[in-house]
Formats: sequence, structure tokens, C-alpha cells
Amino acid sequence: MLQALADGILTGSIIALGAIGLTLTMGILRFANFAHAEMITWGAYMALGALALMGPFMAPLGALSFGLPLIIAMVIAAVLTSLLALMIDHLVFRPLHGRPNDMTIVFSSFGVSLLVRMVVLLIFGGSAQYYSNTLQIAVPVAPGLRILPDQLFVLGFTIVTVISLHFFLQRTRLGLAMRALAENPTLARVNGIDTRVVIRWTWVIGASLAAVAGVLYGLTVQLRPEIGFHLLLPLFAAVIIGGVGNVFGAVVGGLIVGLAESLSVFIIPPSYKLAVPFIILLIVLYVRPTGIFGSAHHAGAK
Amino acid sequence: MSGHLFQANNVVAGYRPDLPIIHGVSMHVDAAEMVTIIGPNGAGKSTMIKAIAGVLPISSGSVTLAGKDITRLPTHGMAAASIAYVPQTDNVFTTLTINENLLLGASSLPKAKALEQVGKAYDKFPALKQYRDKKAKVLSGGQRQMLAVARALLTDPHLIMLDEPSAGLSPLMVSDVFARLRELVESGVSVLMVEQNAKAAMAVSHRTYVLAEGRNRVEGVSSALAQDPEVIAIYLGAGGRKR
Amino acid sequence: MTGFAAYLVFFLIIALTYSIVVMGLNLQWGFTGLFNAGVVGFFAVGAYGTAVLIGPERAGAIGGFGLPFPIGVLGGAALAALAALIVGLATLRLREEYLAIATFGIAISIQLIALNFEALTGGAMGLISLPRPMLDVFSSPAHYNLFYLGVVAILALVVYLALERAVTSPWGRVLKAVREDETAARSLGKNPVLIRLQSFVLGCTLIGFAGGLYVGFIGYVSPLDFLPILTFQIWAMLIVGGSGNNRGAIAGAIGVWGLWTMSGLLISQVLPVQFQSQGGAIQVILIGLLIVLTLLFRPRGLIGERETVSKHAGPR
Ligand SMILES: Nc1ncnc2c1ncn2[C@@H]1O[C@H](COP(=O)(O)OP(=O)(O)OP(=O)(O)O)[C@@H](O)[C@H]1O
Ligand SMILES: [Mg+2]
Repeated sequence: MLQALADGILTGSIIALGAIGLTLTMGILRFANFAHAEMITWGAYMALGALALMGPFMAPLGALSFGLPLIIAMVIAAVLTSLLALMIDHLVFRPLHGRPNDMTIVFSSFGVSLLVRMVVLLIFGGSAQYYSNTLQIAVPVAPGLRILPDQLFVLGFTIVTVISLHFFLQRTRLGLAMRALAENPTLARVNGIDTRVVIRWTWVIGASLAAVAGVLYGLTVQLRPEIGFHLLLPLFAAVIIGGVGNVFGAVVGGLIVGLAESLSVFIIPPSYKLAVPFIILLIVLYVRPTGIFGSAHHAGAK
Repeated sequence: MSGHLFQANNVVAGYRPDLPIIHGVSMHVDAAEMVTIIGPNGAGKSTMIKAIAGVLPISSGSVTLAGKDITRLPTHGMAAASIAYVPQTDNVFTTLTINENLLLGASSLPKAKALEQVGKAYDKFPALKQYRDKKAKVLSGGQRQMLAVARALLTDPHLIMLDEPSAGLSPLMVSDVFARLRELVESGVSVLMVEQNAKAAMAVSHRTYVLAEGRNRVEGVSSALAQDPEVIAIYLGAGGRKR
Repeated sequence: MTGFAAYLVFFLIIALTYSIVVMGLNLQWGFTGLFNAGVVGFFAVGAYGTAVLIGPERAGAIGGFGLPFPIGVLGGAALAALAALIVGLATLRLREEYLAIATFGIAISIQLIALNFEALTGGAMGLISLPRPMLDVFSSPAHYNLFYLGVVAILALVVYLALERAVTSPWGRVLKAVREDETAARSLGKNPVLIRLQSFVLGCTLIGFAGGLYVGFIGYVSPLDFLPILTFQIWAMLIVGGSGNNRGAIAGAIGVWGLWTMSGLLISQVLPVQFQSQGGAIQVILIGLLIVLTLLFRPRGLIGERETVSKHAGPR
């Protein structure tokens, strides 16, 4: 039980990181980006590629399975994922913006998600890969609870990232502009905000968070080209639970989904774990479609 | 052509390229002048002002400010070009605090200057100060209008355009709003406003344009137009409120 | 019959079955603007539903009712309608994208059930040796296939004609009104949510119906026939054919399925064994590119000639 709780929080924190990026882009760019989860895959694999190119030039840090190279690889992955997001926006989403059927852009993101996944498969192959071959020993923290040092790192890193993002959104002009754009794009422009610039930064932030989530996820599971595909539903569920556009909500939503997934094994066979986010999603949509923290503003209602 | 601070010539605009709502409207505003636009519901008053503010694309015609062509300026460039616009509805960010709303209004200024201007705004509108860190959604209609105007003035614009600044306000608030706008004009700012409250608006403004069906109908000095039988019959009857 | 002709018959049966799926999707997307991201889920429900209803009894398993094929197919379609109702009721009063997310979710869940609920679905093995309708009437498999092709072609034609009628009927006009100006439709006393729900459920029923036909022809169900890629393939057929155009939907189904099978054939013949999986990826990339590029450069489809969905473009 304790172990399941800990695992749930761990998965939940990774889902939360991905969901923050998704909720920001859904709130500000105003469409459900099906390709967001593939940025997680892309980021994870870019880090793998960067690691391979750098070679193991430093020993792992302390009890962790990785060292400085992985941190550098994570930064490189964030940059490359941001570039991918900006490129997709430039080539696909922007030209489709304002087309008659609003859902065209959502659908195009569905097509893009397939392309990204297949390109990763083509470059890196379909078999499972790891960042490191170092075997880690789980540390017993409490009776019945063992945690890998890497998992502690993931948790700590997520907390730091969420707090920094919070300060960024609350304290900086760009953060303010992003919040304004999420509420009312026209009024934001009237206020002298160049929304194209803000949108570009939104992509960069969303993509970087996705890349970080991908690398952290890759530390705790095997890398496969399908990791993003399997995370898509949990991400959407987390975003909708927390209310679209709500960063704090996405974090809580991510934790709820992560915990529900890992605790579900006590009720249903583990092979149905992937359906848990869907069940939660249905319940939320039936009971409270604006999400837990959603206001009437970004109302699920149209 | 030139000489006026602000000039719009034969503006054609609308929400869809194939469906113009404004069919060649012209108007001008001089420095420190207050101008009112009136007209029946659906005349295109809001549409015209949105087109000038760059919110809607102008398909033909031109708009100049101080001799500079601003017809194709993107919306966000207007603030820097010294035009401010207060929309008819949704003119404050309800999810942001009062202070954040004001900071946003100063987006086009460097940060230090922005903070300075926000400080000045509180001096000009002391009533806003006590709500500094409250979300704008707690404000009343009148307070929101005040916040919207305060925000629009942060960049020290030459021209401020307002869409129905008195809508939904109590009579007392209405005269307060108009008095403040009048003060603005006396301090040298030009005001162009759309009003349903024709009588009161014409009483404070220098000149008035009447729009109907997306075209100029009548125009002239407010005091003279207020005597015009047609204008009286259509717009000034029954206390001057149509709706 | 020569090998090629036999293969052509086989190919056409599958392509025309898919064309019914595409027409169902077209009703949702082309005529109503609803994004169904889980096409394969509804197709699978129809297929598995049919299989369970018509299949022979199995020890310790649910189903195996041995019902006649037509009843099985209709039952499968009804189950697909039920699945559509579940997600439709939850999402159609909300932002449009919620339907997309929920359909994506139900497809994943259905795939899990197909793979894991062995008592009902046979798990990874699937359900095999299902009775094929009227098989014993025919002297050879080739004749039987020709017969089945005739059945599928007639059904596709019936669906085509029915949909063409439906979209020009008063109901179709309301559908159009809801799509073009929801507020106006509402003021005319039409309930847009209900209209959308009808269109969505009807579309999914057709998709499920096609799933049943598919099972009747191949005689088994296996989770491998219902992978997420099928959703993308069906979408490619619709987009290439031109959304809002039922004739294009049929042409798109044949064209894209042809492209898919031929490129698959080419890869298996030309590429060395160790590169086959990359070849598969390239095949899928072609599908993705087909979708994205058509959306960008030929929004009315490659084949379609008719007006697509039109709706007021918002101000920008
Ligand atoms: N967002 C929009 N999209 C399409 N058409 C619009 C939109 N807003 C207004 N219109 C149409 O444009 C025309 C002019 O509307 P506008 O709002 O400019 O009138 P107005 O003179 O401001 O009226 P009111 O006194 O009611 O504010 C109307 O026919 C209206 O239906
Ligand atoms: Mg108006």
C-alpha cells in the first residue's frame, strides 16, 4: 500500500510536468494539442541521443544512476523539443489557425502526433532503451517502502520546476502576458502585447517541460517510442481535472491520476491500468466538467 | 487631408472579408477634442471603433494619427502609436488583480516607466488603490469602467477611444464618468466615444457623428446637432436612451 | 479466377467495408464537425459484439450465443451506438475538443478489454472459427468471396444513398444549421446538443456495423486487427476523399487502402528483413503526411469536388 502510494506520487509528478505544459498551451493557444505527449517522447529520445554523442565523461553523482551528462542532455533535449514545437507551430498550426472548422487544428495535431512518434521509431528503433546501465539499489525508507535514489531526484526536480514556474507566471511580465492572453487574447493585444511573441514562448515553455518530463520518465521506466502515446490520456485527464489553463490544477490533476493508476491495482487487474485515466475523465466530465479548480471562465461549457 | 490629429477616410471593414459592415465611413478628431458617435443599434458604431483600433482588419480606406498612417498597424502596435481603446464589454481581465491589469496596460513601456505610470494611475484614480491586489472580478460595473479607463491612459495616449463608457452605470456614475473624460480633454487628450446615452454625451462633447447602416448619416457640432429635428426625433426622444 | 482477380476481390471487400466506416466518420466530421479520435474503438466494438453474438459456445466463456449473422451484426452496431452514447452524453455539451479526448480514451479502453478480458474477447488469441454467413451455399471460396463482395457493395451503396438522403432531409438541414450558426439554430428552437448527439451516435453505429461485416468475412477477431493505426488510416481515407463528400469517402477508402497494401507489399519485397520494421514506420509516416499535407494544401481533399464544411471564420 505504502509502496503503491509512493509509486503513484512519482508517476503523478511526471504526469503533472507534462500536464502543466499541456494546460498552458490549451489555455493560451486554445486547442487540445494531441501532439503534446509526443514531445515527451521526443524529449526523452533527444536526451538519449545527446548522451550517446557525449559519451560517459563523468561518473554518476552519489547514489544516482546518472551524472552531469544527463543534466546537460536534458537541457539539449529541452532546446531540441522547443525547436520541434516551434517548427510544428510554424508549419502546421499557424497556417490552420482561423480556418472555418475549429477542430481542424486539433485534428492536425492528431496527425502530427503520429508523425513525431514514427520519426522517433525510425531513428531510434522500437526496442526498449535505458539512459544508464548502472544498477541501482532501492533504499528502504520505511517498513514496506523502498525508493530508488533516482526516484527521489525526480520528485525533487519536479517540485523545484513547479515552484519556479509558479514564480515565473506570477512575477514576470511575460508570465503576466501569458495569463492575460489565456483570458482574453483581443484585450491582451489592445493592451499592447504582441501575442505572437507570447505564443512562441508558450511553446518553448510547454515543450521544455515536456522534454524534462520525458527525461525524468526515462529515468524511471524503459524508453520506448510509445511512452508519449500512453501518457496522452493521463495528461488530458490531469488537465481537465485541474481545469484547463490552471497550472496548479494540472499538478493536482497529475497527482490524482498517478495515484489512481497505482492504487487501482487493488481493485482491478493491473492490465487495465491504462484505462483508469479514462474512467476518471468520464467521471469528471459528467460531474464537474470545469474541473476541480476551473472557474466559469475557461468553462468546459461552451 | 492633414491638420487633424486623427483622421479616418472611407473606412470599409467587417467581421468577414466578404461581408463589410462599415461601408466607407470617414471621421476626424482634433487635438484636445471630444467627439461622440451615436446611431441606432447595429449601426456599426462598435465595428467602426474596433476597425480603427486595429482589432478588425480594414479592407479599404485609411487611418492616420498625427499624419502617420496607422491603417495596417497590428493591434498591439496601437498602444505604442498613442491610441488607446476601451472595448464595450470584457474590457478588464477578471482573473488578474487590479495591479496586474494596470501593469498590462503598460506592456508597451519599459519596466521602470511602467511602474511609474501605474503609480500615477493610482494617484489619478485613488479609488482603485484599495483593491490593488484583488481580482478584477470583484469590482462593480462602475469600478471596472474606471479600471479600464485608467489602464487605457497608462501610455499617455493622444487619443482614447471608448465604446459606451456609460453603459450599465447609475445616473450618478454616468455624470462622473463624463466629467472625468471632460477633465481628460482639458488636459489635452482627445476622446472619441460611442454612446447610447446620446443626450448626455452630446452635452459634454464638441462634435458628434451619427452613423446608420454602416455609413455616415449626419455630423456636426454637438450643440447644433442637438437641435436638429431628425436627430431629436430618432435619437434624443424619451430621455435620449434607445434600447 | 486468377490469383490477381482473387486478390482484387479480397481487397475490395476490405476497402468497401472501410468505406462504410469512412461514411460514418464523414457524417460526424464532414457534416457535423465532430472529431472522433477513436474510430477503431467503435469498429472493434461492432466486430467483437458480432463475434460474441454469432460465435460458437466456448467452455467457461461469456457469449457464444450462436445467433444468426444479421442479428449479430445489428447487435454489434447497437453496442457501438451504446459506446457512442456514453462518451457523447459526457462531452457533447462541452467544448468540442472534449469529444475528441473522450473518444481517444474509449478506444484505448476498448483495446485493453479486447486484449485482456479473455472470457469475453478471447484475449490476445481473439475469437476464432466464427461462422461465416451462408458459406455452405457456395462451392468454392472464390465464389463465396464474390458473393460477399456483392453483399458489402450493396450495403455500402445503401448506406451511401441513405446518407445522401439524410443530409438533404429536414434533419440534414438542421444539422447544417447547427454547424453553421449554432446561436441561430438554437433560436429556431433546435437543440444543438441533441442534434450533434444524434449525428455522432448514428456515425458510430455505421462504424460498428462495418465492424460486424468485417468479422463475417474474415471469420475471426483478433486484437491485432484493431490497432490505433486503423483510426489514422480511416481518417486519411476521409481527408483524402474530401470531408463532407460521401462519394469521395468511398473513393478515399479504396485509394488509401490500395496505397497502404501496395506500399506494404513493396516494403516486404524490396527491403531486407532487418529493415522491415523501419519500412513499417515509413508506411505509417506516409499516412501521417497524407493527412497533414492534405489538410494544409488541399483542405477539400484530393478527390472531393463539393463544398466542405463552411462556418463563419472568426475575427482575427
Ligand atoms: N462578432 C461579430 N461577428 C459578426 N457580425 C457582427 C459581430 N458583432 C457585430 N456584428 C454585426 O455587425 C453589425 C454592426 O454591429 P455593431 O456592434 O458594430 O453595432 P453597434 O452600432 O455598436 O450597435 P449597439 O448599439 O448594439 O452596440 C450588426 O449587424 C451585427 O450583427
Ligand atoms: Mg456597440
